[in-house]
Amino acid sequence: MRISVDINGQAYEGDVEPRTLLSDFIRHTAGLTGTKVGCEQGVCGACTVQLDGEAVRSCLMLAVQANGRALRTVEGLSGEGDLHPLQRAFHEAHALQCGFCTPGFLMSMEAFIREHPDAGVAELREALAGNLCRCTGYLGIIEAVGHAAHEMREA
Amino acid sequence: MKPVPFDYRAPASLDEALPLLGLDSAVLAGGQSLVPLLNLRLARPELVVDVNAVAELDYIRADDGSLRIGALTRQVVLERSELVERQWPLLHKAVGFVGHPQIRSRGTVGGSAVHADPAAELPAALIALGARFHLRSSDGARALEASEFFLGPLYTARQPDELLVEVEVPAQPEGAGSGFAEHARTHGDFATAGAAAVVAPGHAGIALLGAGPVPLRAEAAERALSAGAAPDEAAALAAQDVEDEHRRALCTELARRAIEEAVA
Repeated sequence: MRISVDINGQAYEGDVEPRTLLSDFIRHTAGLTGTKVGCEQGVCGACTVQLDGEAVRSCLMLAVQANGRALRTVEGLSGEGDLHPLQRAFHEAHALQCGFCTPGFLMSMEAFIREHPDAGVAELREALAGNLCRCTGYLGIIEAVGHAAHEMREA
Repeated sequence: MKPVPFDYRAPASLDEALPLLGLDSAVLAGGQSLVPLLNLRLARPELVVDVNAVAELDYIRADDGSLRIGALTRQVVLERSELVERQWPLLHKAVGFVGHPQIRSRGTVGGSAVHADPAAELPAALIALGARFHLRSSDGARALEASEFFLGPLYTARQPDELLVEVEVPAQPEGAGSGFAEHARTHGDFATAGAAAVVAPGHAGIALLGAGPVPLRAEAAERALSAGAAPDEAAALAAQDVEDEHRRALCTELARRAIEEAVA
């Protein structure tokens, strides 16, 4: 099936089988490898992208379901050369080690903070629960997200 | 893993969708349960019928006092509905425990009901609220009570040629309070157990999740509460038939919390 998906404002076209997962379309067809694939069963959160502004698991959507829709991936988070406040905060708070889980965290939390600009630490911690990190631990991530939420609120 | 090959149809209306349903087809709504099963190759349908374009199944409205939820309504839409939060607050409380925001953004109310995981939050809440389940097929329509709809783990009375089209929640009694409590290792993970409660003068709806092969309506506890029993007495009755000792203790405590929240 021929599909066209808007990713970060650019149209990507490709031929896919019905069974092709959206995560694989993003990585293999569009060549945007910032989005990671972990468990492929919706648990780890590494493949999280935004569909029409909402955080979704791209491994739990078929690529054909995104035909004609607008996606945002981690590559669309920052402008030319400057980091998004969330990315900067992750960098400064040592919120990543291997970095595999980071794009999923960023795309989840950018959507959450946008919807809940006044979220407190408890709410931010709860919102992080859908993404797994297996090397850094979560303290740095919680600190980074708290800083970024503050900065995004002031901006 | 990746799914085995399948044919794919995305009908744009109910009339187009219903004739496609049958033994070899799977209905794809939010995909938060079906797609993991496809990826793990536990589900191997010949045809996937994607109902996401069937816009007529996507609504929340109050109608003659009842709440009518189209089966394709996203869980996040239920969560954000002011109507639901105001008049059926148990649903608002319960849906916040369903998976994570990234799951609720796609997952549907109908999908959660039809998947019929005995540890799922929405089926238990819908049982406590006395919901009815509306099914359609090419041959007609029928509506089932929860006790007729949930038959076993991941198993409902829905026939292969039927589609769940609507969940109907009746108006709750004057002065009703509600409560929801669950235990999970991490918020958003699959719950070990939980309890949903609606309590009003002379009325009680109590349901447990993770307490057996289906979400369990706690009728003895409902009768006792309606007759004026204290929350901890009713909670002990709610969990009395739960088999495993630890799970029974957990269900008793969670039922007590849900009931106390409802009567507070």
